[in-house]
Amino acid sequence: MRGHLGSRIAQIIPTLLLVSVLVFCLQQLMPGDPAMVMAGEQAGDTQVVAQIRAELWLDRPLPVQYLHWMGNVLHGNLGYSWRIREPVAQLIAQKLPVTLQLSVMAFLIAVAIGVPTGIIAAVKRNTVWDYLANAIGLAGLSTPTFWLGIMLILLVSVQLGWLPPSGYVSLAENWRQSLATTIMPAFVLGNAIAAILMRHTRSAMLTALDQDYVRTARAKGLREWGVVIRHALRNALIPVVTLGALELGTLLSGAVLTEQVFSIPGFGKMIVDAVFDRDYPVVQGVVLVTAFLIVMLNLIADLLYVVINPRLRGA
Amino acid sequence: MNMRRTVGACRAATALSTLTSIFASTRSFALTHSFPLIRRFPRTGMSAPTAISARARGLAPSRRFAVVAGFALMSSVVLAIGIPEAASAQTLRIALRQDLDTMDPTMSTTYVGRIVFAGMCDKLFDIDTKLSIVPQLATGYEWTDPKTLVIHLREGVLFQDGEKLDADAVKVTLERYLTMPGSFRRSEIALIDHIDIIDPLTLRIGLKAPSGAFLAQLTDRSGMPLAPQAAAKEGKDFTLHPVCAGPFKFVDRVAQDHVTLERFPGYWDNKDIHFDRVVYQILVDNSVRLANLKTGSVDLAEYIAPTDAAAVKADPKLRLVISDALGYFGITNNLDNGPQAKTPYGQNALVRQAFSLAIDRQALVNVVYNGMFAPTMQAVPNSSPFFDPALTVPARDVAKAKALLTQAGVTLPVKLDLLAFNNPDVMQAAEVIQSMTAEAGFDVQIKSMEFASSLAASQTGDYQAYMIGWSGRLDIDGNTYAFLHSKQGNNVSHYANPTVDQLLDEARGLTDIAKRNALYAQMWTQEQQDLPITYLWTPNNIVGMSAKLTGFRPVPDGMIRVQGLAMGK
Repeated sequence: MRGHLGSRIAQIIPTLLLVSVLVFCLQQLMPGDPAMVMAGEQAGDTQVVAQIRAELWLDRPLPVQYLHWMGNVLHGNLGYSWRIREPVAQLIAQKLPVTLQLSVMAFLIAVAIGVPTGIIAAVKRNTVWDYLANAIGLAGLSTPTFWLGIMLILLVSVQLGWLPPSGYVSLAENWRQSLATTIMPAFVLGNAIAAILMRHTRSAMLTALDQDYVRTARAKGLREWGVVIRHALRNALIPVVTLGALELGTLLSGAVLTEQVFSIPGFGKMIVDAVFDRDYPVVQGVVLVTAFLIVMLNLIADLLYVVINPRLRGA
Repeated sequence: MNMRRTVGACRAATALSTLTSIFASTRSFALTHSFPLIRRFPRTGMSAPTAISARARGLAPSRRFAVVAGFALMSSVVLAIGIPEAASAQTLRIALRQDLDTMDPTMSTTYVGRIVFAGMCDKLFDIDTKLSIVPQLATGYEWTDPKTLVIHLREGVLFQDGEKLDADAVKVTLERYLTMPGSFRRSEIALIDHIDIIDPLTLRIGLKAPSGAFLAQLTDRSGMPLAPQAAAKEGKDFTLHPVCAGPFKFVDRVAQDHVTLERFPGYWDNKDIHFDRVVYQILVDNSVRLANLKTGSVDLAEYIAPTDAAAVKADPKLRLVISDALGYFGITNNLDNGPQAKTPYGQNALVRQAFSLAIDRQALVNVVYNGMFAPTMQAVPNSSPFFDPALTVPARDVAKAKALLTQAGVTLPVKLDLLAFNNPDVMQAAEVIQSMTAEAGFDVQIKSMEFASSLAASQTGDYQAYMIGWSGRLDIDGNTYAFLHSKQGNNVSHYANPTVDQLLDEARGLTDIAKRNALYAQMWTQEQQDLPITYLWTPNNIVGMSAKLTGFRPVPDGMIRVQGLAMGK
């Protein structure tokens, strides 16, 4: 197990390097000139555009640009946003807690809805509960997040006046307002993931419930819910944990539409704006941090396998 | 519990009791305490209808409780966190349609950035609702000769860090705008030759050439003095700690989210300031901006989509204010910018005239903008002193358009690629134009790109016709010279007409508006013949606000001036 863990940790650096090269090269393929975008209404002024190009090192060869950026990154400097003129690290430090909070809340909501409904659907296979859970899952999967978001705003905020329609307040500033501003977007995000988790939990539980050890446990006279929770669920959770880690990773990379609808200043909005503004340092910085988070999440998922299934400890 | 929370709880209770009785049937603390209007069932604490309904379905009490527990939990969470406390009456919340770029006026390029500066940075001069230039940090000016402008400054003005505003501070700022690498102000005030300080409150600006448009530049970012010591200390990081001489000082900014300003007690015109804080909230989505306005989460939205205007008008708690804007929207035609110009449309003015005649501008703005924008044939709004009343919008004339195409001797249909950036309104307008011009004999293909790509395509000549607007400047020179003069970079048509060049050069060197307008009238006659730009409409500023907000001044530049704004009862 230690060897496996060590090799996974050793993969982190080459993975991040590969990501950095990829994101650097891919954004060069985008049409449009960052200097021209930055020049705004003075894009026609060739002198202004040339000056910006020189200032941002855009007039140097690509490998030189990459090495310059990477050199700074290795010194802990992610550079300056070309558009906002603030340090990228500062922007990420502003957005990361927002994205983390929203992702964790959405994930908790997804797990709270998805896993129990998946279990119920499997245990009550081919009953009305199963059909109901499937219908909920299908609805969650097929409801566009932006539509659900707007509908929730209209109902919960405009009609009922329960929650603010958008905006974000940090947990440190005021936890009540923070929850009030993030619970709707977290629900919208969690809803879609809950559906996926429900389907996978149901499928994994159906497989587990057909196993011999479950039959043995029942034959021993264990209570049904004890069999389900202690024996079947524990084994069924492995694919669910894998999927959960992937979904949480997706959440951490930003939820563009949901952030847009609820005006949540997270990674998704930042990276989309940066792409449209050709703000390369921001794109590179956010992608690098997101890649790191996803790699770490997968590492945690690996560790969780061992916790859930002791047989893997010797692997 | 304040009034707002009580009302909210009552509304919630009413909605719950009528819409979903099960929702009310909980023993939760939050419900018990926040829903006094719901009559609880004596023994179980459930509302009567729900309890009866649950029993009728034969559910055991524990199962019933499980069924409602989920809803109870959700309601508890919502009610426990609830809607945030009502914003302080002393905080003004303004919704912006997009995020701004930098907080340094030297580097700023965005329209919404100017709106934030309007709350933070006073200018030497301002404009009023009739587009006249009025003093702000200056008390007056005079042209001692066509190339020399003398500006008198207001006494006793302080920057937000306590520094004094004087002629030296203004000189240092203008020099920063002129010399700082990456400054976007340089081209606006490049005519400055030298600046002399006459006395602490008077300075003289010598220009390289006479300019009728120079003073107008000082009504915008180029006229915003920056605190000299702060600017020198911060350098490029001035955007992180901007210091100006306006009514509100910078507190914090979270990109894509908000900018907070706080009242500056040393402001020279404090009697007109009625808020302690101003929060600019970035709300990109039109529907979300409207929802925030309707719920009172923001007090003012600087832009309401034309399609949402009726909803604001219909709401008694809100007020809609519509005023002219300074910009225009049109089609820039490629006349000589690379191989894409070598089309009948690019090479023959008659074809472009036919295209223009085939467009019903009024119908276009009716369809796309609910008739809230004004059709136009020129670069300035009709409220501008430079508006040419003789240049009226012609009625759509398909027969004449066809005749012009016959006269031009082109093969029908005339193929044309119309470049449009992928904004829903612009795309819709492109489709309407495609449909209208088809009747006259054009085969328009719409090429859609995101904005940055379309901008690059226009610069490199990779387009035939490009739908693009201009946010507009106070002086007509700012709306014409850079786009129609042959030696200007924003002239992506590569339009070159010596007569137009000469008229534009002559007009910008004069200060007398009547004389300038006479020259611009001649320029428009030639422009309408050649059509490097087919002007389509003048947008309007459509501002939505709380009906309680008083003192709003609709100035065509669209800036939200916080002076005089107050929240009534």
